Amino acid sequence: MYVAVKGGERAIANAHRLLADRRRGDRDQAELEVGQIQAQLRLAVDRVMSEASLYDPELAALAIKQASGDMIEAVFLLRAYRTTLPRLAVSEPLDTGAMRIERRISATYKDIPGGQVLGPTYDYTHRLLDFLLLAGGEAPAAEPGEQPLAPCPQILELLDAEGLIERERDDGTEPCDITRDPPDYPVDRATRLQMLARGDEGYLLALGYSTQRGYGRNHPFAGEIRQGQVEVEIFVEEWGETVCVGEIALSECQMINQFGGSREAAPQFTRGYGLAFGHNERKTLAMALVDRALRAEELGEEVQGPAQQAEFVLAHADNVEASGFVSHLKLPHYVDFQSELELLRRLRQEYEAGRHGACQEVDSPETTTDERTATSGDHP
Amino acid sequence: MNGYNFAYLDEQTKRMIRRALLKAVAIPGYQVPFGGREMPMPYGWGTGGMQLTAAILGADDVLKVIDQGADDTTNAVSIRAFFERVAGIETTTVTPAASVIQTRHRIPETPLEPGQILVFQVPIPEPLRFIEPSEQETRLMHALEEYGVMHVKLYEDIARHGHIATTYAYPVKVDGRYVMDPSPIPKFDNPKLDMSPALLLFGAGREKRLYAIPPYTHVESLDFEDHPFEIQRWEARCALCGSAESFLDEVITDDAGGRMFVCSDTDYCLTRRGELS
Repeated sequence: MYVAVKGGERAIANAHRLLADRRRGDRDQAELEVGQIQAQLRLAVDRVMSEASLYDPELAALAIKQASGDMIEAVFLLRAYRTTLPRLAVSEPLDTGAMRIERRISATYKDIPGGQVLGPTYDYTHRLLDFLLLAGGEAPAAEPGEQPLAPCPQILELLDAEGLIERERDDGTEPCDITRDPPDYPVDRATRLQMLARGDEGYLLALGYSTQRGYGRNHPFAGEIRQGQVEVEIFVEEWGETVCVGEIALSECQMINQFGGSREAAPQFTRGYGLAFGHNERKTLAMALVDRALRAEELGEEVQGPAQQAEFVLAHADNVEASGFVSHLKLPHYVDFQSELELLRRLRQEYEAGRHGACQEVDSPETTTDERTATSGDHP
Repeated sequence: MNGYNFAYLDEQTKRMIRRALLKAVAIPGYQVPFGGREMPMPYGWGTGGMQLTAAILGADDVLKVIDQGADDTTNAVSIRAFFERVAGIETTTVTPAASVIQTRHRIPETPLEPGQILVFQVPIPEPLRFIEPSEQETRLMHALEEYGVMHVKLYEDIARHGHIATTYAYPVKVDGRYVMDPSPIPKFDNPKLDMSPALLLFGAGREKRLYAIPPYTHVESLDFEDHPFEIQRWEARCALCGSAESFLDEVITDDAGGRMFVCSDTDYCLTRRGELS
């Protein structure tokens, strides 16, 4: 006698216990500490903070540990925690021009005021496995520079002085908050940038790449990439002044793109913008490409590539949403599948009956749709 | 549970959702955008339904959660455990004993009663989505009551297969106005939507939309005069309770093609077996 499957509750609890066991791994190895992840896997931490939209390196590291290194799972953990936090204040706009620079490069000028500062970069490393790391060798400490950094003005401001690049204007409108308000397409640029900033890095990378290969090309130059510490300020009403509440690490990319100009406007470069928490350069480059691609309509360009279609790009950029909906296919679909089975069996029966009918009645080979359906109506 | 508000969501969020729900009830079948929050469960796993349930639950409510009609499927178990933990409320598997029922893909076989609320988990709230992918376009189509494409789609099914080939998430028209996706329930359940004495709420978390069918609202499944809407039928009866009226799941019993049919609604089936024995 068939007995329906029971015991889901115990199975789930046991699965979670097994998961915790696998996460710990071989007990002969020392357990990974959250502090180690935070200090030594900092690019992973930065990515998780960016896509979770929460600046908290320690909790991001905890999420990475808890997720056994599954980045999207870690992003999800941190994002779900973020939702529960009270909103105490809204910061003043960040001034990335006043960034305490750790890295700053421009691909458009050989020499720039403040200079090219490579900082800690994987660029120009030869991608040869370093077996010293495997053997547990100690890395030498970095030597501090001999002279302090000169001020590093924003490169695009220099072009702006000549009127060669479009000016970004703050029209003073309150930006939409994508964590509170549902998207209402078409969305403005401030909303788009918020959605891209928490968008999946791999997804934005692929879309940005597609614009370079001709699907909505926009002639990009990396005008400036900068990375470092920026002060966060809030306005305290009781005191009537702004106070600094701390520093966060940011990466910013200002892309310079071409624009033909029109009868009304002189030819001018246009901009694409990318911003992310921490050291997240690839993400900001990709984001800037996609931001510029999404401005196609605004700038009177023909929308040809997927990266230029705002609703398509934005509705699928969030990896927490995407991963959830793709993985929900693992949930039971017995009922829907049964419905499909029932219909498919019926259609196949009718198909067979129709074929037999056609063989027997050579004189009237056309069985009309109505007749076939009438037959199916009698079917129990 | 320590550290979290009753039923997980903060009161401001619940109020925002309740306001959206009132609007949804006032405009039956209309998709109301709401500021959906992240839940501690994946999108696509019922976060929309959970937010609605969290927003309407009171301390005296009795909650039932089903997935595919069953109380003991893993996701139903998980969601029920979640609300037991964060709301500390009473739960049940008995349909008439529940004041709120959260469901995925089914409407219980036992007729619902006035005062009960059925909360549906919705993956894609837009019935026109697979005909027109753009949200901007579909919103306009709803506003203009431009539903011809839906009938064309159903007609094309008939031309190709001799039948309307939609077996679940079968589109309905609510109160003669909005075409609505009833969520992926089998079309077998569609007639239960019509003039239901219970309040029917629909929540789509990822898409941040919710909608409602108030009690005793006329809901018709789209069809044609010469191809009237019809529901699934089985030659078999439930192998456990003998019901010939319920929606049946097919169960494979061996590797030699053996199979049997049992009720998808576990509570209905158990109750009948109790009455029979």
